[in-house]
Amino acid sequence: MDIFLQQLINGLVLGSVYALVALGYTMVYGIIELINFAHGEVTMMGALVALSVIGALALGMPGLPGVLILAAGLALAIPVCVALGLLIERVAYRPLRNAPRLAPLITAIGVSIVLQNLAMLIWGKQYISFPPVLPQGRYEILGAHITDVQIAILVLTVLIMLGLILMVQRTRLGRAMRATAQSRQVASLMGVDVNRVIASTFAIGSALAAVAGVMVSAYYGLAHYYMGFMLGLKAFSAAVLGGIGNLGGAMLGGLLLGLIESFGAGYIGDLTGGFLGSHYQDVFAFFVLIAVLVFRPSGLLGARGIERA
Amino acid sequence: MTGHSLRGALAIACAVLMAGCGDKPQTEASGEKTLLIGQVSPLTGPQAHLGKDNENGARLALDEINAAGLTLNGEKFVLALRSEDDAADPKTATTVAQKLVDEGVAGVIGHLNSGATIPASKIYFDNGIPQISPSATAIAYTTAGFKTAYRVMTNDAQQGSVLGMFAVSKLGAKRVAIVDDRTAYGQGLADEVAKAVTAAGGTVVAREYTSDRATDFMAILTSIKGKSPDLIFFGGMDPQAAPMIKQMKQLGMTAKFLGADGTQTPKFIELAGADAEGALASNPGLPLDAMPGGAAFRAKFEAKYGKIQNYAPYAYDAVYVMVDAMKRAGSSDPAKYLAELPKTDYSGVTGHIRFDAKGDITGGAVTLYQVKDGKWQTVETVQSGN
Repeated sequence: MDIFLQQLINGLVLGSVYALVALGYTMVYGIIELINFAHGEVTMMGALVALSVIGALALGMPGLPGVLILAAGLALAIPVCVALGLLIERVAYRPLRNAPRLAPLITAIGVSIVLQNLAMLIWGKQYISFPPVLPQGRYEILGAHITDVQIAILVLTVLIMLGLILMVQRTRLGRAMRATAQSRQVASLMGVDVNRVIASTFAIGSALAAVAGVMVSAYYGLAHYYMGFMLGLKAFSAAVLGGIGNLGGAMLGGLLLGLIESFGAGYIGDLTGGFLGSHYQDVFAFFVLIAVLVFRPSGLLGARGIERA
Repeated sequence: MTGHSLRGALAIACAVLMAGCGDKPQTEASGEKTLLIGQVSPLTGPQAHLGKDNENGARLALDEINAAGLTLNGEKFVLALRSEDDAADPKTATTVAQKLVDEGVAGVIGHLNSGATIPASKIYFDNGIPQISPSATAIAYTTAGFKTAYRVMTNDAQQGSVLGMFAVSKLGAKRVAIVDDRTAYGQGLADEVAKAVTAAGGTVVAREYTSDRATDFMAILTSIKGKSPDLIFFGGMDPQAAPMIKQMKQLGMTAKFLGADGTQTPKFIELAGADAEGALASNPGLPLDAMPGGAAFRAKFEAKYGKIQNYAPYAYDAVYVMVDAMKRAGSSDPAKYLAELPKTDYSGVTGHIRFDAKGDITGGAVTLYQVKDGKWQTVETVQSGN
């Protein structure tokens, strides 16, 4: 039982991280039907920028409380990522907005390669460690363990998710986003500044990426220039699983993918008597993804509806 | 291509000139012949510091041999080093290997990485050029049946068997969980450890896998925890080992952590922080200060090139082993002195060097280290059985 509960916690935390990154993919897709493959790299940039600040502060002002140092890291990482997101949108996507859909997809991949190499030039190929500034509390529930950082990730993800849904449903910007998603031309005829709305979407998605990047590096204790690739791929899969373009779907898809991976890796070896080992965890996860898409091609919550952002 | 061969020609010209710059300026007239020895390691990229270290180790040996004078069968020889950069890349490794062969080297010291050494070894074998690697540890290097392939460092099978024995007999771990990163290195090592654990009377209670890109091990560690092992062995590199040991602590696991040379690095301690404390890992060979000629080598080397990075003593010994075989054969002809290499019985800086039928050293040493007070400290050195 304690093992089961532990795998549940593992899966939920991992899934929350996926969900947070998946939100960025799904928001952009919802509004301009573009798969922003550079999103994983924005996450990586957020992590590395924050880590530089946190590392400098941890060394320079050792007396500072850890949460404050983390906040300072986020305070720089978020604007940097927002600026980066806006720049990518302006330079790589806006000129191609009326081009065939394959064109911006290719610039997206190009941007992601540029960002990876840029990060490699600035921070090097080395893994960078996350300084031990955060509280290291650990609690036991029925034999399973959960740490402060894990609790923070879970709580923060739920709060961000609720805030985002409220924003899309209740604010003027949210309404403009939904209108733009339904029809860019009609929205612009109704006086919606479509360019501003799309830029805002990129800005919000990039800010979320910064938060997710910091979370991931704090959780695993390291960051490096390649970390965005796999994370981006998993989060993108989560977004597709939940129904890309749908905010709730990104959350559901992320959590499901996290749980499937966790339980898959944990039990697949024992269930198959060692025939399939834990190296099949990704195979298992993607098998579930394919199975879902065969029966529901638009994802679990992928029906086109008013909730689309 | 022309640029390359021109550079090669220039390098040979320089080597000949430099060789002739000694007390006897006319090489031909004085009867001295220049003998080219190849050296290959990554001289650019992230491992450049290690590659340069190998080159310097080989150069130090060459300079000493030249200073003492080398006479084979009445003929005087001057050694010249031809150092090449393989960038730790398998493809580049084969290109530079072919280049060295074309230039007519008598033998090659290298390469540094297993991944680069293995593809290059076929080219040396096809051309009958003896090769001694100072640092490639993958088992596959000497099991391909290439009679030209030798190494002066303990291989992964030897290291794995020492690790397995150490875990069961010395650390008293009866229940062992094994994780590897599915690379040639990690998987090969983990398989050897598993065999040795069973042979020593322990039980492998879990065999889990990850990748050399992963950072999340919570699921497999939780599964391992359910089997209550005394020790977890990880075959892989420090970027995975560090988060793994952190996550072990997060899950409240009390099992010991044991790694190999991919983990026994300063970077591991940097990344894992306080959680690294108590972790164990091995590295082939002796710590430098425990080597028979370690202190003297350090003094000589550091006077010329600065700090020793890692494998320089092995590159140094590799040159001496090669020249030793030439002396016994009375010839620098690869075909002739290759026959003498298996009979090597040489006391070097790193230890006593003898080869088995495959070209591996016999009874190579493996040293175990533990993190104490934020530093790797030597626990003990074990002579491997095979």
